[in-house]
Amino acid sequence: MTLKAVVNNVAKMPASTDAVVDIQKLSLTFQTADGPVYALSDVDLTIERGDFVSFIGPSGCGKTTLLRVIADLEKATGGDISINGVSAQEARENRAYGYVFQAPALLPWRTIERNVTLPLEIMEISKEERIRRGHEALKLVELNGFEKKFPWQLSGGMQQRASIARALSFDADLLLMDEPFGALDEIVRDHLNEQLLKLWARTNKTVAFVTHSIPEAVYLSSKIVVMSPRPGRIIDVIKTDFPKDRGLDIRETPEFLEVAHRVREGLRAGHSYDE
Amino acid sequence: MKQVTGTHSVKLDKFCLVAATAALLSLIFPLTGIDAETGKQIAFVGDIPGLAIAMALCVIVGAAFTWLGVGKIQYAAIILAVAVFGCWQAVTALYDHGLAGHATSGFWLFILSLWAFVWRGIDVVARYRSLETAKQQSANILVPIAFGIWLLFVWEVIVAGFGVPQVLLPAPSAIGVRFINSTDTLAADFYQTFIKAVISGYVIGCGSAFIVAIAVDRVPFLKRGLLPLGNMVSALPIIGVAPIMVMWFGFDWQSKAAVIVIMTFFPMLVNTVTGLNAAGKLEKDLMATYASGYWSTLLRLRLPAAMPFIFNALKINSTLALIGAIVAEFFGTPIVGMGFRISTEVGRMNVDMVWAEIALAALAGTAFYGAVAFAERKATSWHPSFRVRRH
Repeated sequence: MTLKAVVNNVAKMPASTDAVVDIQKLSLTFQTADGPVYALSDVDLTIERGDFVSFIGPSGCGKTTLLRVIADLEKATGGDISINGVSAQEARENRAYGYVFQAPALLPWRTIERNVTLPLEIMEISKEERIRRGHEALKLVELNGFEKKFPWQLSGGMQQRASIARALSFDADLLLMDEPFGALDEIVRDHLNEQLLKLWARTNKTVAFVTHSIPEAVYLSSKIVVMSPRPGRIIDVIKTDFPKDRGLDIRETPEFLEVAHRVREGLRAGHSYDE
Repeated sequence: MKQVTGTHSVKLDKFCLVAATAALLSLIFPLTGIDAETGKQIAFVGDIPGLAIAMALCVIVGAAFTWLGVGKIQYAAIILAVAVFGCWQAVTALYDHGLAGHATSGFWLFILSLWAFVWRGIDVVARYRSLETAKQQSANILVPIAFGIWLLFVWEVIVAGFGVPQVLLPAPSAIGVRFINSTDTLAADFYQTFIKAVISGYVIGCGSAFIVAIAVDRVPFLKRGLLPLGNMVSALPIIGVAPIMVMWFGFDWQSKAAVIVIMTFFPMLVNTVTGLNAAGKLEKDLMATYASGYWSTLLRLRLPAAMPFIFNALKINSTLALIGAIVAEFFGTPIVGMGFRISTEVGRMNVDMVWAEIALAALAGTAFYGAVAFAERKATSWHPSFRVRRH
């Protein structure tokens, strides 16, 4: 990040902290025919600049819903949320974040290049600039050379990488990822995790990452948010201090296993409370 | 089919067996009926050397391939070549040797033999698989062409052999002759009905339905109010609407275009509205994360996703439009047009002209449909049903 950008961001920020996402007493209730469903209740969370935050918890704990609230794809029914000091809706309209969904969601009628540059096209950026940035984004996910292919000509892992490149193409500082590697096999997943970490270390982006894999959460994160279901709430926030350029081998260290243990304990506690 | 070299079971090719047997019998059974005046048979196999050779050839080739099987494409080529020679000789015998109207069992057994050969030959070509695109494509084209020619041949032979009166069913050759001799009339009719009425009605009908579909999609009350109404309009019988349109818009092509607009509007409207809802929730969320506006999302996501539905309607309408124009011309036209020609020539018992118009309509309709289908292939080549590997 350039110095000017930092100064700008600080100037924009009303709070003294360097918080990208600031959530206070957030709750979300869906009204259904069977009565209200409490998807999120009383969530307090701060995501600092440069954090890699993982949300982990069993299905239905509201981790995806929380990410969608941050992205302004769902509206909170109570509490406050601010992104870069403004409301979630304003942040979305400012294109403050790139979102990676569970499925690649590439448009089948567009080539990989035109998929990756789709957000730039919507932002009405010139064609030369789009092509340049598209190339850069594809290079970041090691997909250069596949520009003219169609999505269905690529493997599942490559498609998901293309969707990450699309989220990176317009250089938003915040990256929201909803179980992006959930449908991929273990080996591809490890590889993409490594690449994601490298990317994070290189670009100093802020990442919010939803997963239900404990090793993935511990390996990737600087902060792990453990959640429990019905109503979705945060039961533990664990900070890790692995170096940014960690390798896959840290997964065998005692520190790693200790953190993983604490996450598992948290998840178990959340479950016993529920039953 | 491979030859089985077992000691007790040899697999025979049934179709070739039928062909050989039928050809052998055709040499024995009488070729024609008895002439009422002379009391003698009109023609013998011995009098027609070409036909005799063709029959003998069918016996030999049929017997050979009964044992060999038609496993290779080259074998299929041989039996098809024999069949073509046989068809030629059969037609010659009909028209040059007086068999027309008098053919009996010997002749029809020979046709049965040819049928067995053609069936087997086309079957082998249809199952032909080659990695070379050019060879595969020629095989793919050959099948419908060969099948079409065979149907025309059967039609010709039945009409000529049984001496069917021309008013009931003219032979394809007679229709062809009439077609070639009346190209001026046909061209004028085609211009009036197809170029003027069908194309303009189709464009106006599909175009207005497309625009209304986007409005319906944007404005919820239109969806509730207009869709049922459109449904009602499409249910109106064309026979009832056409004379009213003639009163409103006059005798010329405008009234036919109006009928086509009524016929094509609803299929296009419904398909486009459905297509606009075809984009998935995930993709819509994706566009929302880029704060993409209504028109941007429409252009970049919803219309491309709707394309398969829209082309479906365009294909349905391409055939509906021609039917509509021809039927509407029964209710008053200037003295030109395909529908006008059909209705007047039927009255004059010029059935071959009616058939020539039908052939023209079939050609025009097929070409129109083909053009729309081709455009669909180009526009939605990404769709799973058209995907071509381009590694």
